[in-house]
Amino acid sequence: MSTTLLLLADGRFPAGGHAHSGGLEAAVTAGRVRDLETLAAFLDGRLATAGLVAAAFAAAACRGGDTSTLDSEMDARTPSPALRKASRAQGRALLRAGRTLWTLSTVERELHHPVALGVVAAAAGLAPEEAALTAAYGTVTGPASAAVRLLGLDPYATHALVARLARDCDAVARRAARVATVDELPACSAPLLDIGAEAHASWEVRLFAS
Amino acid sequence: MKATARITAVAEAGRTRLVTLRSEPPLLVRRTGPRHAAGEVEVHLVGGAAGPLGGDRLRIEVTVGPGARLCVRTVAASLALPGPRWPERAGPRSPADTQSTLDIHATVAAGGSLRWLPEPLIAARGCDHVSRSLVDLESDASLTWREEVVCGRHGEDPGDASLHSTVRLGGRTLARQDLAVGPRACGWAGPAVLGGGRATGTLLVVDPLWTEKPPEAAVLGPGAARMPLAGGPAALAAAVGGDLREVRAALDRAFT
Amino acid sequence: MHPEAHTHPDPHAPLTAGARALRIGIGGPVGSGKTALVAALCRTLAADLRLAVVTNDIYTTEDADFLLRNGVLPADRIRAVETGCCPHTAIRDDISANLDACEDLEHDLGPLDLVLVESGGDNLTATFSKGLVDHQIFVVDVAGGDKVPRKGGPGVTTADLLVVNKTDLAPLVGADLSVMARDAAARRGDLPTVFLSLVEDPAATPVADWVRGLVKG
Ligand SMILES: Nc1nc2c(ncn2[C@@H]2O[C@H](COP(=O)(O)OP(=O)(O)OP(=O)(O)O)[C@@H](O)[C@H]2O)c(=O)[nH]1
Ligand SMILES: [Mg+2]
Repeated sequence: MSTTLLLLADGRFPAGGHAHSGGLEAAVTAGRVRDLETLAAFLDGRLATAGLVAAAFAAAACRGGDTSTLDSEMDARTPSPALRKASRAQGRALLRAGRTLWTLSTVERELHHPVALGVVAAAAGLAPEEAALTAAYGTVTGPASAAVRLLGLDPYATHALVARLARDCDAVARRAARVATVDELPACSAPLLDIGAEAHASWEVRLFAS
Repeated sequence: MKATARITAVAEAGRTRLVTLRSEPPLLVRRTGPRHAAGEVEVHLVGGAAGPLGGDRLRIEVTVGPGARLCVRTVAASLALPGPRWPERAGPRSPADTQSTLDIHATVAAGGSLRWLPEPLIAARGCDHVSRSLVDLESDASLTWREEVVCGRHGEDPGDASLHSTVRLGGRTLARQDLAVGPRACGWAGPAVLGGGRATGTLLVVDPLWTEKPPEAAVLGPGAARMPLAGGPAALAAAVGGDLREVRAALDRAFT
Repeated sequence: MHPEAHTHPDPHAPLTAGARALRIGIGGPVGSGKTALVAALCRTLAADLRLAVVTNDIYTTEDADFLLRNGVLPADRIRAVETGCCPHTAIRDDISANLDACEDLEHDLGPLDLVLVESGGDNLTATFSKGLVDHQIFVVDVAGGDKVPRKGGPGVTTADLLVVNKTDLAPLVGADLSVMARDAAARRGDLPTVFLSLVEDPAATPVADWVRGLVKG
């Protein structure tokens, strides 16, 4: 437990997250997310898939895993080019912020976001499980805050959803931090996140970058 | 039940010859195409109708030699079912006693081509099934790999099924996908994963001719997209739909 | 190597002062004429300055499309940044996407003299971060009435240049320009204010002169 963890997990940390909806804008436009109930189901699925993958990669990178191996393994788990682009854009923004605050172990300028998060967390002195927790938490708070903006949902009720996910988030982070080898890194896919991201990238008018 | 099937295809004088065709019930392999195909040789797995059952350990090994061309299909969908009732006197049961597993390992040598086009897996109520596929491609090999899952029989909630697939190209991971549905999986029916769709599928195509220029990303409808991969001349089509027909239709037109 | 990775070899390389383009932010309320001003500046300055534009629209490409349609700059000199419903966040609190866009433009196009960053139309409190731009212009118009400078707010009070646009409309909306000039001076001290009508002066002469002074200076 540390203030540094809170700093890195803070939605106001200037790492570009505010412009990404974590697939929520696509799900809202497709009519799949309309209200608190459908948002809750969206967050469940996202945490169990993209959340677990991101957490495991963040932990592995924080533990000192080879960033270029992790980065290409992340590519292999991200079939959607739109999501690869979004992940790299956020990774780049995070490395920019991290490099200003701490001394990073990598000279890479652009990595997938979870890998970048692990690198930055390590530089900040955080443990792999804390990196995993930050990643898992980010995969739900991003779309939750986008839902407040896009659907005008009650911010209290939306935060209550996130609060209810706290134990699941903790469990995902613990599980992610136990992953010991590259082969064990999870690859949980969420077909509609991939398909939705591709649809989103093809729109002429959108509010979020992804 | 424990069974291993083995299929080995090699190229000889411009033709593909099946040098191994090993069946073991319930995995029965039959050659179905013309006997002396100048092009691709086709085999079917038959008798896959009822099963795998809980407790089954199935394994399929496919080897495609340099320049050989093989297509593998199944005659019907696989229906994953729970195993027989566990007798109390047999003592406590472990997941290994009740889970069914299917392990597929395929290797395709340089210039070889494998098309893996089975019918879907139907995850029936109460099943506990795990499929793992590992495909190793030498660089310059071609692959078409289809995976489809239907969540339960008509009007039925699915049991637990998870599919893990890894495709490596020249020793590097090209694609990795794990999909889990059923009561133990979290959020799978929700709007991030299947959004209430009862069927989903992917079609992965690796084609050395795409080395210069892979197919472009394309939205194929409200529940389907074609996506060029980062790590090689390959693209994945993914589809989610109300039933298998919808999913199959999207996958069928993904690369045409 | 992955074909997609590392397309930007060194976007964070420390930019020594003077080595990168001057960045000027153009902010102001919705519809005050920011895009029209950007277009005017491009037309007036493109002949002697190497320039590029970053837009931050509420909807991704509205402003960028306008600039393209009007042929003021080729497409590769315009980048649109998505702001996730928060245009002020993207220029003030979390400027990473805008920094990426500025750096990508310079990386892709080679050395530039000037990058104009247009903010999404927001309110009187939205200003640019000093981490993003070197100078900022705040554009208000007379159509909202002559009270705007009096209301103040960080944009009106602290912008390096305040532009009161659409003076051609003043008689129609009953706005008194002398009141606006007096209030602006009271709010802004020594900071300059210019009155402009892009209808009457499509070259945006006073603003273009001010910008030229900064680039050359
Ligand atoms: N009459 C008059 N109209 C103007 C002038 N400048 C701009 N306009 C018009 O005002 C409208 C809004 O101008 P824009 O340049 O799109 O304003 P903006 O500040 O970029 O708007 P947002 O990006 O939506 O916040 C357009 O219809 C312009 O043609 C002016 O000096 N006089
Ligand atoms: Mg504008």
